[in-house]
Amino acid sequence: METRIIIAGSGGQGILFLGKVLSFAGMLEGKEVTWFPSYGAEMRGGTANCTVILSGSMIGSPVVLSPDILVIMNKASFDKFQPRLKKHGLLFYDRSLVPAPRVRPDVRPVPVPATEIASSAGNTRSANMVMMGAVLAETGLVKRSSALKVIEGPSKSTGGNGIRLNTNSMLKGMQYIEDTKGSHR
Amino acid sequence: MRKKLLFKKGNEAIAEAAILAGCRFYAGYPITPQNEIPEYMARRMPEAGGVFIQAESEIASINMVYGASAAGVRAMTSSSSPGISLMQEAISFLAGAELPAVIVNIQRGGPGLGNITASQGDYFQAVKGGGHGDYRCLVYSPFNLQESWDLTMLAFDKADEYRIPVMLLGDGVIGQMMEPFRPTKYVRPRLPKKDWIVNGCKGRAPRVIRSLCMGPGELEQKNYDLCKKYDAIRKKEVIFDEHNVDDAGLVVVAFGVAARIALSAVKELREQGRKVGLFRPVTLFPFPEKRIAEMARKGKRFMVVEMNAGQMVEDVRLAVSGASGVTFYGRPGGVVFTPEELYKKIKAEYSRKK
Repeated sequence: METRIIIAGSGGQGILFLGKVLSFAGMLEGKEVTWFPSYGAEMRGGTANCTVILSGSMIGSPVVLSPDILVIMNKASFDKFQPRLKKHGLLFYDRSLVPAPRVRPDVRPVPVPATEIASSAGNTRSANMVMMGAVLAETGLVKRSSALKVIEGPSKSTGGNGIRLNTNSMLKGMQYIEDTKGSHR
Repeated sequence: MRKKLLFKKGNEAIAEAAILAGCRFYAGYPITPQNEIPEYMARRMPEAGGVFIQAESEIASINMVYGASAAGVRAMTSSSSPGISLMQEAISFLAGAELPAVIVNIQRGGPGLGNITASQGDYFQAVKGGGHGDYRCLVYSPFNLQESWDLTMLAFDKADEYRIPVMLLGDGVIGQMMEPFRPTKYVRPRLPKKDWIVNGCKGRAPRVIRSLCMGPGELEQKNYDLCKKYDAIRKKEVIFDEHNVDDAGLVVVAFGVAARIALSAVKELREQGRKVGLFRPVTLFPFPEKRIAEMARKGKRFMVVEMNAGQMVEDVRLAVSGASGVTFYGRPGGVVFTPEELYKKIKAEYSRKK
């Protein structure tokens, strides 16, 4: 079983970091993983995206045309990537930044007010971790404990507050999914 | 076991493997998509007691590598396509002077300044000489990060063993992606003593390292000596990898990241019972021509898939030598094809009446 994910948004939103946490956590669980970033000119503003693949067996291509899961953090990326999502694919998007989107009828949308939740957690910049929590709660791609282990690792250099913010944001994202399960979504 | 895996970018894997293999001199000039190599080297080389230089140009970088190698140090440079073009003169000089060196090319789209996306457009340049004169580089083409790590280490050993420049031919995807890999320990093989280096001649006869051979017959002899070396390399250093070729009617031939993308497509076709296999040259020079000829004689057809306008396909055709059919699919200009796209193309070729 192979799960292909594209995460996309604006430069500075922590798109690549979200992908790194997800793939690193997958690795800790013994999965095969790849992480491939968009690199180059996009880094100087504009959009950023990365492709993460989690698999039970050897991964061929680290790039895909049609992912199983999309995680979208801005309007431009919504418009660019939604057409590529697989039929019945999962479409996570930040409802705070993509208001009133036109969602394809053949995909499963999961709107998450990630930026608002992050703001209430203390910093809009942790919207990526809210989104990650939502993805984990909805899909169970990797365990909560694995993701927490990763967050506590590489962001150590930014000090304890950064880790706490990321952890809290992720847990709030998970909570949001639990609270809204079976509702209008 | 899993805890021992590393999770780094391909470029970082190459840089760390080089240090562990004893590389103690690195000079380079920035260019995307290989910048993580000099970045990593700048931090790591001083820790390892080596020398890192951000040179004023690619031409300076490779000539510094020439100097460090002549002094007996394991030396390396890295760049991406346009930068590697600038280095060609000195690579020819390295071959002529019989100096070991490791050159990493993380290819981007060309020709010219091109773009910064991954490409395989430098195959000809890498395997056919690139610079002037009758010389070859041993060329390794990693298709995942494990190979990037292992082949980097091997490149230093082979460079010393044969006293030749060795090239690691990667691309933007291999350089930029992350995946887990096992940091295999470097084990130094038995290698010939470096009794040719210029490190001060106090108490011994002076040595000269040069590529200028003006004496009567001298240059011809030098070329024959080089040819002997290349023949030995052809005999002993071929590496390739196969997936499901034994019963395959159609064999997809691809190297580097293209092979990886093709593998996804081939696996899917296999699951549907279609007899398609993948053949992957790991060394591009020496090219695994014997194995391809053998498969051609068994009646297998070939489909060559490259991220260029058709380069390795010429070597496949030479190896097949008319014994079987060879078709090509490629995307030039720094376009990374998707597994979905290759799936369609390979499926169509498989179903096509011969």
